[in-house]
Amino acid sequence: MPRPVQYNTKVKIVDIPEGYSGEGFHATSFDKVVGLARKNSLWPLPFATSCCGIEFMATMGSHYDLGRFGAERMGFTPRQCDMLLVAGTIAKKMGPILRQVYLQMAEPRWVIAIGACASSGGIFDSYSVLQGIDQVIPVDVYVPGCPPRPEGILDGILKLQDLVQNESLRRRNHPKYKALLESYGIQ
Amino acid sequence: MGLTNEIIKKRLTEKFGEQLTEWEEPFGLLTFRAPAAMNLKVLQFLFDDEELRFRFLTDLTGVHYPDRKNEELSVVYHLHNLVDNVRLRLKIYVPVEQPDVFTATQLYSGANWMERETYDFFGVNFLGHPNLIRILNVDEMDYFPMRKEYPMEDPTRTDKDDEMFGRGGTIV
Amino acid sequence: MSELQHHQQHHVKLSEESLQKQTTTLNLGPTHPATHGVFQNILEIDGERVLEATPTIGYIHRAFEKIAERRPYYQITPLTDRLNYCSSPINNMGWHMTIEKLLGIKIPKRVEYLRIIIMELARIADHLVCNSVIGVDTGALTGFTYVFQYRELIYEIWEEICGSRLTTNIGRVGGFERNFNETSFAKLRKFLDTFPHALKEFENLLNRNRIFMDRCIGAGPISADRALNYGFTGPNLRAAGVDYDVRVAQPYSSYEDFEFKIPIGTVGDVYDRYMVRDVEMWESVSIIHQALEKIEKIERDFPEQKNIFYAPEADHFHLPPKEDVYTKMEALIYHFKIIMGEIDALPGEVYHAVEGGNGELGFYLISDGGRTPYRLHFRRPCFIYYQAYPEMIKDGLLSDAIIALSSLNVIAGELDA
Repeated sequence: MPRPVQYNTKVKIVDIPEGYSGEGFHATSFDKVVGLARKNSLWPLPFATSCCGIEFMATMGSHYDLGRFGAERMGFTPRQCDMLLVAGTIAKKMGPILRQVYLQMAEPRWVIAIGACASSGGIFDSYSVLQGIDQVIPVDVYVPGCPPRPEGILDGILKLQDLVQNESLRRRNHPKYKALLESYGIQ
Repeated sequence: MGLTNEIIKKRLTEKFGEQLTEWEEPFGLLTFRAPAAMNLKVLQFLFDDEELRFRFLTDLTGVHYPDRKNEELSVVYHLHNLVDNVRLRLKIYVPVEQPDVFTATQLYSGANWMERETYDFFGVNFLGHPNLIRILNVDEMDYFPMRKEYPMEDPTRTDKDDEMFGRGGTIV
Repeated sequence: MSELQHHQQHHVKLSEESLQKQTTTLNLGPTHPATHGVFQNILEIDGERVLEATPTIGYIHRAFEKIAERRPYYQITPLTDRLNYCSSPINNMGWHMTIEKLLGIKIPKRVEYLRIIIMELARIADHLVCNSVIGVDTGALTGFTYVFQYRELIYEIWEEICGSRLTTNIGRVGGFERNFNETSFAKLRKFLDTFPHALKEFENLLNRNRIFMDRCIGAGPISADRALNYGFTGPNLRAAGVDYDVRVAQPYSSYEDFEFKIPIGTVGDVYDRYMVRDVEMWESVSIIHQALEKIEKIERDFPEQKNIFYAPEADHFHLPPKEDVYTKMEALIYHFKIIMGEIDALPGEVYHAVEGGNGELGFYLISDGGRTPYRLHFRRPCFIYYQAYPEMIKDGLLSDAIIALSSLNVIAGELDA
């Protein structure tokens, strides 16, 4: 006896962007589709240095699953990832290395600063700690906390997804973006 | 009966006599001071002697006392006798103009990085160390940050100043 | 003309020695998926065989010891959290015990048993990370995801008591900030009921697994003499065969009332370290059971002790109860002074050591009678045993070097401080 038909009611599917649809086709603008694709398949590059790294590992784990948002594959190489997750304190000795990893990433690339230490130096107001990674690379989302709860990290990634969806495809040619990168000395 | 602090003190004074000074026992840990040039002799004696057997170097660190003239930098060794379960603390003092101390790496391999850390933070020059370069701070740093005269924060910061760090400033 | 001359004339300038060199220089850089933490190793390898290694550390140097000279005693507790952040309650308790030793405060038994429960939970959490990461580095990723579920249970217990999951800042000088409520004991019992089953499953995955054993046995060995000379402590030393455990040698916080075994290995290779940590987790579960029984016994025999969660002698450092703050003058003054960090400690010099997840974590405190320490030095076990890494992997294969690194359980926060 054939199995009865089961309709998919439990898995959430992303809404179709608005456009004109008809029999077997749906027409919408290109950047909406690209934004949709980009936001739901952000591949993260974990740059975990200290305690926030352990909370990040917990976010990646099964309890607060990060894979549901498309970030299943943790690539450890900058060449293949879109999203740089800097979790933990960045010391002045580590700054040039962080910058080099950022430069090796291909456009489009986004940066999330997880934790107080990455956002602003945190409780370590000392001579050897970089007071915030935005001294060396441009940052898109800051997640406060010491360490932030995994829900907080997920919230940061969701905010980044909003940014990614609404971003124009011509971002890298925009003068404001170019000026931002110039201020960091990045070509 | 076991190895007590009195026995250790007696053996050490038999061997080295009046050169070991400042005997104290804060919280039960026998502490004494040796002249800076004798640190290896004392450590070697404590290592080789069959009754004392201090063959484990727990810790090696430095302290800066800017007020003690001519003996500002101190190197403190914490030793442990694992068989009889007794700890010991040895201190030596060197002046800050010539902070030369003989290295203990021949005796304890673990002293290698601990001396590099003491050099990095205080500037104590360990004679005979195989690789005395900075270990924790950036290589280009030209001062010794743990000395008391340097502030905790980065002195080259422009966005926060002395007033925000709680030191003086315009608001009295 | 020869190949070299041809090249030098027309193509790339190669130095003579770079062509003669037989070995490859490999940079196992600060950002590497296998180095769990930021430390760099420059390896000279000949094919797959490692000839020498030069470790470089300091990539997360946060200057704890310098910061500690500017902070009152309670503000140093969050700093100690971040030393070995996989088992931060042990660091916190060790720091509070150092201050209590300096001030001469005696802690009631019930509080000490509660502290032991928290510290053994932290030890389990630390060893879970290390063992699952050894599994990940040999390719067994499943153990990692399973084990982190049980770390979540431990986090829930800590969260119930102190409010924070990872960097706990748990406890105060003299005891705890609040009494353990019924929910925390219920969560603790739930953990004790479910965890042994999960640990058994994890053991079934790896302990007698042919592939795992072939990878790990004989990788990264160190002999007991060399380990002692380097200053190893903790599971790495016990894997080499020396049964030194600070909980037994200098018992603190009433560890002498408990019965537990100390596992030791023989060769000191990766498999021994893994097995020592595994057995230590079982021993920690047994210690927590014993502690719960002892606490119940105290509460049966002396029912008024049920509400003791700190030592009354620590009133200079522990916040007074709120009813007293609102009614008594001196409680108000103490409250103000403690919060503002204006309490002076006695002058003195103390060294106190606890058995951390990685070994003997020592606190060397020199106090000059002020509100901040004059000098605070952390005797960090990771820093001391990581020096032996080049010697451990010499003449081994490259993949053995990777798992030797993860089996040492080097936590970057403790390495650099």
